[in-house]
Amino acid sequence: MADIQHYSHDTGWKNTILRGLLYLVLTLFAIYYLFPLFVMISTSLKSLSEIREGSLISLPRVITFDAWTYAWNEACVGVECSGIKIYFWNSVKMAVPAVLISTFLGAINGYALTKWRFKGANIVFALLLFGCFIPFQVVLLPMSMVLGKLGLASSTSGLVLVHVVYGLCFTTLFFRNYYVSIPDELVKAATIDGAGFFTIFWRIILPISTPIIVVSVIWQFTQIWNDFLFGASFASGDNAPMTVALNNIVNTTTGVKQYNVDMATALLTGLPTLLVYVLAGKYFVRGLTAGSVKG
Amino acid sequence: MGASSSTVSNLTASIQRHLSKIVVAPSFAASLFFVYGFILWTGYMSFSKSRMLPVWDWAGLRQYERLWQMERWHVAIENLLIFGGLFIVTCLIIGCLLAVLLDQRIRAEGALRTIFLYPMALSFIVTGTVWKWLLNPGLGLESMMHDLGWASFKFDWLVNSDMAIYTVVIAAVWQASGFIMAMFLAALRGVDQDIIRAAYMDGASLPRIYFGIIIPSIRPVFLSAIVVLAHLAVKSFDLVIALTGGGPGYSSDLPATFMYTMAFQRNQLGIGAASAMMMLATVMAIIVPYLYSELRGGKKNG
Repeated sequence: MADIQHYSHDTGWKNTILRGLLYLVLTLFAIYYLFPLFVMISTSLKSLSEIREGSLISLPRVITFDAWTYAWNEACVGVECSGIKIYFWNSVKMAVPAVLISTFLGAINGYALTKWRFKGANIVFALLLFGCFIPFQVVLLPMSMVLGKLGLASSTSGLVLVHVVYGLCFTTLFFRNYYVSIPDELVKAATIDGAGFFTIFWRIILPISTPIIVVSVIWQFTQIWNDFLFGASFASGDNAPMTVALNNIVNTTTGVKQYNVDMATALLTGLPTLLVYVLAGKYFVRGLTAGSVKG
Repeated sequence: MGASSSTVSNLTASIQRHLSKIVVAPSFAASLFFVYGFILWTGYMSFSKSRMLPVWDWAGLRQYERLWQMERWHVAIENLLIFGGLFIVTCLIIGCLLAVLLDQRIRAEGALRTIFLYPMALSFIVTGTVWKWLLNPGLGLESMMHDLGWASFKFDWLVNSDMAIYTVVIAAVWQASGFIMAMFLAALRGVDQDIIRAAYMDGASLPRIYFGIIIPSIRPVFLSAIVVLAHLAVKSFDLVIALTGGGPGYSSDLPATFMYTMAFQRNQLGIGAASAMMMLATVMAIIVPYLYSELRGGKKNG
């Protein structure tokens, strides 16, 4: 940390002005980042006529939750007009199993690759890691054919499979990097006591893995909930996830454009991940940095 | 595990070692099939005569020739260069600036960090939806400026085919710049305080300390940030779909949306596969040297 207060040869009023400027610039940036969220919330609470008359930045004169209830219960996605609630639950049904399975597999892979190293473990890890970086366009076509052959085309189970397969590399990366820093003596001591592979995993390794489990769950949940490419490619109609439904609602060209419903739907789509971010921001950032750079 | 002396424990140890392989095997097999197998399949398709359905007839480089003859592909590539370039540079500038400003013992630093970074938790579809509304020429920022008395203000980039790609840059920077801030901030906190103090004692000014010492010493983070951003740029798909739909016409297409259109809407499997392979090659050109140096560096550190 190199800050003005401690590392400035100027003194007195010049420093005060500098600090004032500093806070001004930071506040302006904060407004820039918050502005879209503010507009989303205030638009979603307005009636359509108020949106047409009023300004983007004006607060709603009359607060109404009509757009929210309409979005949840009645909004049309394609020809189906029963609201986005079914798509919200689709996303839940897709994300929960996919997050749990990929995190569990990542944990046990990371454990095997670090504490029970076999010949070629590093090569196996490097080959797995590669999957984190491919542009998914390169697997879309064969994946849609394989899902069709398995009878999973356009189903939530199909999406779970896809997200587990392409999330594995990230979860394995998280756990492997975490377990590398755990002393091998811990495992050695337990083997001398006669504990086996799975006993050590359940009794010793998993109980000390809470921080990295949180990171992995948050990362996977955000990735899977926010995914659009796989959802749009492999699920359609009633089985589409929330992001696909949102895009359908917003980009429908028929009927009157209901901006307040668009915004309410967008907020409902963003709410779960925002909640996770607000509640566990520290772990969210750790996942981001570990997932995009080497851990 | 080789330290154990008795043959019995050697035997159990060897069984345990096999257990380790057995446990990793399903994931490894899945990766071989769903990653490497699929890449080979797509690669083969890009050399085949496939159009509506996959066929195995060899066509050599025919699909790549057709791809590079398409005006639309050239637009997509050009857009990727514009979008990628501006996106990376703007995110680096904003991210670095915010990190340096936040590094001044700011009150409420935690709250500000949370505000700068929250867009990263949102889906690109949500970001696209809200910016589409903000940039809507009739009701968004333009009409807001009119209401505020700036009658000549015009901002129709969203529906202007020359400018639509720049709206994607605006929204993408809003989403990702906070993350770059977080990366830089973490790096700034790791800079050796003694060197800074020594430079200060020698009479160096704060800007000189930053440009002369701190920024050069966090150079690896610039590289990481550029790789992350470039990777995001090449994969960008959702944001374009939600914000502009690739339009007007195909003026804001990116390779990712181009591939999707060809493969799933135009029945041009071969061209779709060829464009996907071009994307893969681009990403590999960025990622492989980076990972190689990272992993080698990692070994050195222990």
